[in-house]
Amino acid sequence: MHDMSAHAVQHGAPTSFLRKHVFSLDHKVIGKQYYALALVAVFVGMFLSWLMRIHLGWGSFAIPGLHLLSKTGAPGDVMTPEYYLQLMTMHGTIMVFFVLTTAPFAAFGNFFLPIQVGAEDMPFPHFNMMSFWVTFVAFLVLVASFLVPDGPTLGGWTQYAPLSAVGSVSGPGQGLGVVLWASSIAIFCIGQLLGSLNFITTTLDMRTRGMSLMRLPLSAWAWFITSVMGLTAFAVLMPACILLILDHVAGTSFFVPSNLVINGQILPHSGGSTLLWQHLFWFFGHPEVYIAIVPGMGIVSHVLITNMRRPMLSHKVLIYSMGSLAVLSYMVYGHHMFVSGMNPYSSLAFSFPTLVITIPSAIIVLIWLGSLYGSKLRINAASLFALGFVSMFISGGISGFFLAQPSIDIMLHATYFVVGHFHLVMGVAAMFGIFAGTYFWFPKMTGRMMSEPLGKLHFWLSFVGAYCIFMPFHYLGIAGNVRRYQAFTDDYLIPLIPVHKFITIAALFTGAAQLIFLYNLIHSRFKGAPAPDNPWEGTSLEWSTATPPPHNNFGDTMPVVYHDPYQYSIEGASTDFVMQTSPEQLKNPHEEK
Amino acid sequence: MAKIFAVTIILIAIGSAIPIVMHTWDMPQDISTHGPLIDEQFKDTMLEAGISFLASQLLLAFFIWKFSDPKPGAKIKSFPGGAAGLVIAAFVLVGTEVLALGVFGAKAWASVYFAPPAANAMPVQVQAGQFAFYFRYPGPDGKFGPIHVDQINEANANFFGIDTTHDQDSKDDIVTAEMAIPVNREIHLLMHSKDVGHSFFVPELRVQQDFVPGLDLSIHFTATKVGKYEIVCTQLCGLGHYNMKAYLEVMSQEDYDNWIKQQAALQ
Repeated sequence: MHDMSAHAVQHGAPTSFLRKHVFSLDHKVIGKQYYALALVAVFVGMFLSWLMRIHLGWGSFAIPGLHLLSKTGAPGDVMTPEYYLQLMTMHGTIMVFFVLTTAPFAAFGNFFLPIQVGAEDMPFPHFNMMSFWVTFVAFLVLVASFLVPDGPTLGGWTQYAPLSAVGSVSGPGQGLGVVLWASSIAIFCIGQLLGSLNFITTTLDMRTRGMSLMRLPLSAWAWFITSVMGLTAFAVLMPACILLILDHVAGTSFFVPSNLVINGQILPHSGGSTLLWQHLFWFFGHPEVYIAIVPGMGIVSHVLITNMRRPMLSHKVLIYSMGSLAVLSYMVYGHHMFVSGMNPYSSLAFSFPTLVITIPSAIIVLIWLGSLYGSKLRINAASLFALGFVSMFISGGISGFFLAQPSIDIMLHATYFVVGHFHLVMGVAAMFGIFAGTYFWFPKMTGRMMSEPLGKLHFWLSFVGAYCIFMPFHYLGIAGNVRRYQAFTDDYLIPLIPVHKFITIAALFTGAAQLIFLYNLIHSRFKGAPAPDNPWEGTSLEWSTATPPPHNNFGDTMPVVYHDPYQYSIEGASTDFVMQTSPEQLKNPHEEK
Repeated sequence: MAKIFAVTIILIAIGSAIPIVMHTWDMPQDISTHGPLIDEQFKDTMLEAGISFLASQLLLAFFIWKFSDPKPGAKIKSFPGGAAGLVIAAFVLVGTEVLALGVFGAKAWASVYFAPPAANAMPVQVQAGQFAFYFRYPGPDGKFGPIHVDQINEANANFFGIDTTHDQDSKDDIVTAEMAIPVNREIHLLMHSKDVGHSFFVPELRVQQDFVPGLDLSIHFTATKVGKYEIVCTQLCGLGHYNMKAYLEVMSQEDYDNWIKQQAALQ
């Protein structure tokens, strides 16, 4: 806790267009830029999933205009097997990195973390600006792979070696496509490392007077915990990607063993390890799941509390549980590798922490449910999405029980069960967290309200639609439906094709429902009703400043914090809620010992 | 609206459980000796996960129904037992659940991976390459000749790089595109990839194991039911991944003996 006067960030309000809107040092503008990037990315990713789903349902269907994307990938507008895999790889990469990491963490965190801690800005505004533009460049590099001769890589977002490391001899897109993919991700890691540094120092060193760590809102805690994970996880992925690039361009063999024969040629590599890539990738990859979901947990907790008009049963237990998830997330990554050829004793060593990680997850869910009990729940688009997040997190989390056990993983590994599991828990749940945050904070970010009726309609279609898409994935997986297939030609898979058709129809409808959100977002940005400073009657610092906040967040006077973050429904208080900045003395405040 | 939401959650939760309870899409029938342990573990997990899923969703729905749109002046109430009670419940209930699953699951895993193959297990070598499996039987001498990568030549059907001119052990090796095994006989499958990562998955056999280039692995299993089953690749291996498959035919010992004789004659 520090006096902000000693830490004020020294950059005045920008005057030029470039400094104000493009190369801005203002964390709020950078937050919006991240949001805009994630918005573009999510619609690109969703469009790719539409193409894939149509192909999976009706493989010979000519999608009008598809040849415009790739003449060789879609001759006569019908997707080739390799183009399916290329689209799938790009879908996964775009969604995981540029949506699920970018929106809940980088976008909302950038905008609201400094405000929630009571700071003027982040401590390193130039690094902050750089983190966004580096991420933007990473996105362009990735998308550029659509334009190179044999297209993007087809190796999946996990880019297992040696398929990813031996060059174009292993398939279309496996040469320059992989180099662009690995370059994009390495650049992305730089952006995340810079962002994480800023988030950590903002939380630890920029808090305003009275703002102890335990007085931080749960959203701020979630961003802080995520940034610590980001700092360690991306620091491993980046060198892994650099080594992968070197295998392509410098003739090294980090991930390629000797004596491989492809297309009748013996490859000139020797001495590498294919499992090394998997270890490095999943050491990042599993924390990444939590990098995607923990910010959602924080945002949803924050939104729920405001709409339940009460604090969570325990602020500290939620913080410790999110922290436990972060620590355990590094000890469980081997569950992605149960059938990889790793020592079978290691599988058990990774299985137990994977099962144990369900305990903090269960505690978080039970605290949410226990806090709903006896609350005064307000239903609006934000709270609906927050409650939808809880439902999705339960559904997606529980299937983790199966995948945590190596003996069951023998049957479910690489099937649609896994696809259903991670889409629900880190895809849909995280998206619902983003939506909850958007409907909740849009007024503060733009000064205008979003349409509630459209928001609710968006919720209903998304909630039912997401279940229609992703619950059947689990059934397919139980029946042995292998993932990453562009068609189902195996005898035992053919009877499952009607399920795929149903999923495709559900995906098209649910995807179309997102256009309602896009319309609501854009229309409300320009035509929405003017937003008051505190439309949801919240208590944390973002609601004590103007809407939208001024350049230095709090105007001439930095806020002073007097209370724990969530003082709702306090007996004897003058209003239903008491803001953190209110000097009002409370007889029975919500304070946790 | 809250009540409609609560009902929707209940309908989705129950609707999601129906195909599981009705076994609409089930795991393929098990044909292995180790499979029952895996299936039992799967059923136990499904029961525990199913109860947790339904209980959590129904509780969520009930609380949304009950505590939304409160009357003016309503006061908040605390959950009986508070956070401490819930934390204890999570540790006791979920902790016991995961401990039980972990211990019994480890037993099932150990049955597959910790026990070495029997001394008289029948060796079969499988080589995976983009986008086909090939199988090699050692012939009467019971020994496989070495793989010479420089002699792998698909045009000449020398998929394993066998040098019958110089390698005595290779002379009687039998290479096939289909895998046949005798029923109720333990098989020791020696796995080799010649190019990228692949996987050997036979759902009915409850076997899935990756091929790791540069690392020769092996698994062992016993099939208990005669029939023809598909071997599919589950590790993304390139554009033909979806089409990389072979058949496993489990035969009576007599049929197998005839089959292997026929294959030997074809070499």
